[in-house]
Amino acid sequence: MFRALQQLHEFATSYNLLLLLEGGARTLVLSAAGCVCGFVLGFALAVLRHTAAGWLLPARILGVVYVEMFRRIPFLVTLFLVFYAFQALGLDVPVFWVAVASTCVIGTAYLSEVVRAGFAAVPRAEWDAAATMNFSLLQTLRFVVVPQAWRVVVPPAFAFFLSFIKDSALASQIGVVELTFVGKIFNNRGLMPAIAFGSVLIAYFVISYPLARLGARLEGRLALSRAH
Amino acid sequence: MTPLLAAAGLRKSYGPLEVLRGVDVDVARGECLVVIGPSGSGKSTLLRCLNLLEPISGGRIVFQGEDIAEAGRRAPEIRRRIGMVFQNFELFRHLSALDNIALAPIRVKGEDRRAARERAQHLLAKVHLPDKSDAFPDELSGGQQQRVAIARALAMEPALMLYDEPTSALDPETVGEVLQVMQELAEEGSTSIVVTHEMGFARRAADRVVFMDAGAVAHAAPAARFFSNEAPERVARFLGKIEA
Repeated sequence: MFRALQQLHEFATSYNLLLLLEGGARTLVLSAAGCVCGFVLGFALAVLRHTAAGWLLPARILGVVYVEMFRRIPFLVTLFLVFYAFQALGLDVPVFWVAVASTCVIGTAYLSEVVRAGFAAVPRAEWDAAATMNFSLLQTLRFVVVPQAWRVVVPPAFAFFLSFIKDSALASQIGVVELTFVGKIFNNRGLMPAIAFGSVLIAYFVISYPLARLGARLEGRLALSRAH
Repeated sequence: MTPLLAAAGLRKSYGPLEVLRGVDVDVARGECLVVIGPSGSGKSTLLRCLNLLEPISGGRIVFQGEDIAEAGRRAPEIRRRIGMVFQNFELFRHLSALDNIALAPIRVKGEDRRAARERAQHLLAKVHLPDKSDAFPDELSGGQQQRVAIARALAMEPALMLYDEPTSALDPETVGEVLQVMQELAEEGSTSIVVTHEMGFARRAADRVVFMDAGAVAHAAPAARFFSNEAPERVARFLGKIEA
């Protein structure tokens, strides 16, 4: 116990705290990039897959292949794939940006399926009805589809966001100094695991708890919005 | 008089399956045209082609003097003048009856919000639902939902209304109220093409009746003559079966 207190005192240097903060920031950026970029691109992909025009067929097939492929490959393998893809293209990209690109790739594949399930909850004929009233595709999405798909999309989307924060730890495997990596550094420096990984645990909690609260609040609001 | 809408040699195939094999139909301003025929004869596909929900495989559709299948970029502008009522209503479930009706006028036509909602209220009264403006679709009976859907289509002030089996998904006791609204509209001079199995409605409201079979028009005649004893044998057999 005494040793722990002593180590805690040792641990609380500005250097260590800064490292922890930096690692936390990297984890946050990695997850946020995957979630935001993944949601935007995933949404676009879901829209593409819902179109019916003949000339878009090749694009739809590519979309299906993309989604089915990256949902089946472990995140770690995707990291290596992206890493070597950049190398093959002769691009010297820092590992952090390799990891960011990977989270976007994965996020897009998963979240497009989440959004697609939301679209599927709106009957095809309601899209037709909107079309007969001359809504453009964007208007149909904004006024007819999204308001109804939202409640189907939000719960699994937030579940994905939260699990994604944890998955971003794999980026440490290609050398990105994010939270998990920072924990290992502390541990290697001879700090007690309880302190080394305890601090990391708290940092993960600080990042994900507000997000979980936001998700719960949104779900609550969605449930209320129909109870007029 | 040139018809409001005329389709000539209309063809539609899904892959090798030929659903429409050269259909000729036309409807004059103020006329109520009823399309009947056995299931799978292409009636619904015909309607979906007429307002370009389905791209056609061949033939011409002239609406208000314009070939709409060729209109390309102008197609939406033309389609705005054709209203459609679906078998399963397809009301937007997240909006109240009033908002369902006012949405397109506000968002597509850019009408003033207050004016559009006021007009929506009038349309609700017209379909005999003046006190249902705040009701959501799942709080309305099928017949009420379909009448809201009719009001929603009317809100775009279409020159032509298409009804795709509007009463097929309804409980028998609510069929009458929907048909009554449709008949009132027809009597007011609104132009419509109605796909239906309701022969009573056809007798009362139709000006002309078209009988479709296997993707083509098998018989067409003014309503009175259509239901007389001179109808061809195939039509008489169908009528006998449906009215038995």
